[in-house]
Amino acid sequence: MFEALSDKLTGVFDRLRGRGALSEADVTEALREVRLALLDADVALPVVRDFIGKVRERAVGAEVLASVTPGQQVVKIVNDVMIEALGGEGAVPLNLNAPAPIPILLVGLQGSGKTTTAGKLALRLHERQRRRVLLASLDTQRPAAQLQLAQLAEQAQVPSLPIVAGQTPVQIAERAMEAGRREGYDVVILDTAGRLAIDEALMEEVRQVRAATSPVETLLVVDAMTGQDAVNTARAFNDAVGVTGIVMTRMDGDARGGAALSMRAITGAPIKLIGTGEKQDALDDFHPERVTGRILGQGDIVGLVERAAETIDQEEAEKLASKMMRGKFDLEDYASQLKQIGKMGSLSGILGMLPGVGKIKAQIEEANLDTAILKRQAAIISSMTPKERRAPEIIKASRKKRIAAGSGTSVQEVNKLLKQFDDMTTMMKRMSKLGQKGLMRQGLSALMPKGMVPNQRRPF
Amino acid sequence: MAISVFSRLREGLTRSTQKLSEGLGALGRRRLDDAALDELEDALISADLGTEVARRVIDSFRRSRFGREVTDEEVRQALAEEIAAILEPVARPLVLDPAHKPHVVLVVGVNGTGKTTTIGKLAQNFRDAGKRVVLVAGDTFRAAAVEQLQIWGERVGAPVIAGGPNADAAGLAFNALTRAKTEAADVLLIDTAGRLHNKSVLMDELRKIVRVLRKQDETAPHSVLLVLDATTGQNALQQVRVFKEMVDVTGLVVTKLDGSARGGIVVALAETFELPVHAVGVGEKVGDLRPFDAGDFAQGLVGM
Repeated sequence: MFEALSDKLTGVFDRLRGRGALSEADVTEALREVRLALLDADVALPVVRDFIGKVRERAVGAEVLASVTPGQQVVKIVNDVMIEALGGEGAVPLNLNAPAPIPILLVGLQGSGKTTTAGKLALRLHERQRRRVLLASLDTQRPAAQLQLAQLAEQAQVPSLPIVAGQTPVQIAERAMEAGRREGYDVVILDTAGRLAIDEALMEEVRQVRAATSPVETLLVVDAMTGQDAVNTARAFNDAVGVTGIVMTRMDGDARGGAALSMRAITGAPIKLIGTGEKQDALDDFHPERVTGRILGQGDIVGLVERAAETIDQEEAEKLASKMMRGKFDLEDYASQLKQIGKMGSLSGILGMLPGVGKIKAQIEEANLDTAILKRQAAIISSMTPKERRAPEIIKASRKKRIAAGSGTSVQEVNKLLKQFDDMTTMMKRMSKLGQKGLMRQGLSALMPKGMVPNQRRPF
Repeated sequence: MAISVFSRLREGLTRSTQKLSEGLGALGRRRLDDAALDELEDALISADLGTEVARRVIDSFRRSRFGREVTDEEVRQALAEEIAAILEPVARPLVLDPAHKPHVVLVVGVNGTGKTTTIGKLAQNFRDAGKRVVLVAGDTFRAAAVEQLQIWGERVGAPVIAGGPNADAAGLAFNALTRAKTEAADVLLIDTAGRLHNKSVLMDELRKIVRVLRKQDETAPHSVLLVLDATTGQNALQQVRVFKEMVDVTGLVVTKLDGSARGGIVVALAETFELPVHAVGVGEKVGDLRPFDAGDFAQGLVGM
């Protein structure tokens, strides 16, 4: 449904190839696409505006890495700014630096997943951190909510506060803290009823609970599918009870999860945990750098750009490109290209970073095509004489036998390589007629059997 | 802060229209130009209409009214009419077919959208209309989901058919249909566990329920309601698409419209799928399920 942002940006920037720095006009056009991508990912409008402002500031005048397109360079800046906006790299742990029993309060809208999260959190603290945890439900609104938490506690083998009918949430909270002190618990998790930001009576109630228990962590539980309203929810809960952390639930769905950016921007509180499944152990740390690609609707293009910048020998690549354009690309050059790609890690790893190639990646894994093939091809080429490498057409039956024996492969494999090389040179001739599209874009796909590579332009 | 439905959007639009009215002078009028339309578009995006739908609504608005001198009120009224026109065709109540005894209603949706609560409210509505209602606690996965529905059953006076923990939902639904037939029930409301639409195993389970029901009654389920949370963003489109494909959703119920001030996604859904919106949930009480009224909804959306 959504075109990957990088594809759109590549379109915007196609005419800019070869320029040194991004101009204001270029950036403005690119940012229009970024804005749409963010809105489509449900990032709230005011947050989008702020974000775009930051990206603009950094993008104008930025030098474009020679090995990537300007569009990808903007995507990289967008990613960097987004990681920062989401709290920087790495996970932020729960704050458990307080005298026991440590109260943790869970708040949020109806159906955001508070009770499930409470159960998961109890299990996590109990199992991973060896804490003694008590679960208590203050949800006197929804039918059977307290029973639900009691059952979840049982599944997690964590104690829960006995249910006493007729108590108010504040009374239950006080009883829970009292039990926590008396029975020597490390942590008391307080699950509350879902409430709407505009429900003054219920917001007042949760304020009272907070006043009565002084929670060390007040976690706002938010559905990853939340739309523009995220900003209102975040503001209302933050104003009412002071949010110290955010839990994004249903991250195992296919929503782009822009609400994370809105939540973080409005509350300033870090996203500490994410719900990633229905099982009780499906509660993970939140790593900002891992969700940026998802919000932008693309793979980890940044990783690809960065790895390319680190590993590709720019001069070597340019030399190859010019040779290719002149139709003088031989097996020697092919081997050199193989070496460069080999440096970048396995093919499936590279493909995994590209947007929209999940299907192809699966096919490749099935076909078991990975760097092993590249290595074998390199071996075949090194078993050739220099003359053979420059003029592969002289390689006939007996030469093939010798090469196969020398490289520990078979004649079929030698044939396959030669055929592939032949296809590749044909394609390159066609390409050079098409103009300056370049080796850097076609190289990877030229290495692959036909039909395995998407008909999209790639940086390599 | 005003506590009213859509107060948020109203604020958003007020901001836009305040900007709109800058320089209007005493008359409170201004030319509806590109800048003004951009602001209106932003207001619609902030209400979760999505970028594409917002643009289309504004484009159509532009054609008919560009360059006119308008007041805030006129802008909102016209915009509401524009949106209401999109929603009008989908505002259709859930009608039971008396030919079916019982009329089987399967209620589906992702986790936490309010399926069980909606069933409780629907049951009350049908009871009020003098129907015999049977409920099926088909959410055999979530802790205490059965008990939650049982409490609703007691509240509204409808029997609840439940199995043991982790019982097979399809088998339960099959037996419930048999029982509802013998008891000559008018309507059978089947609750299901919430499931994310991208979990194919769980979606297959849902298909199994449909398949098994059809062994008894080829026309069942007669209605498949997808319950949708109004605070959901653009992912709602994907939810509806997948559920529709998997279990032939026949209509939507939009919940939690009481405070979210949003629900603009309904406009996008109406344009894309043309599925009826049968009802909206506006609160946790049993009477808080209302018919979906296109005009009211559109007016709320633009802050009138």
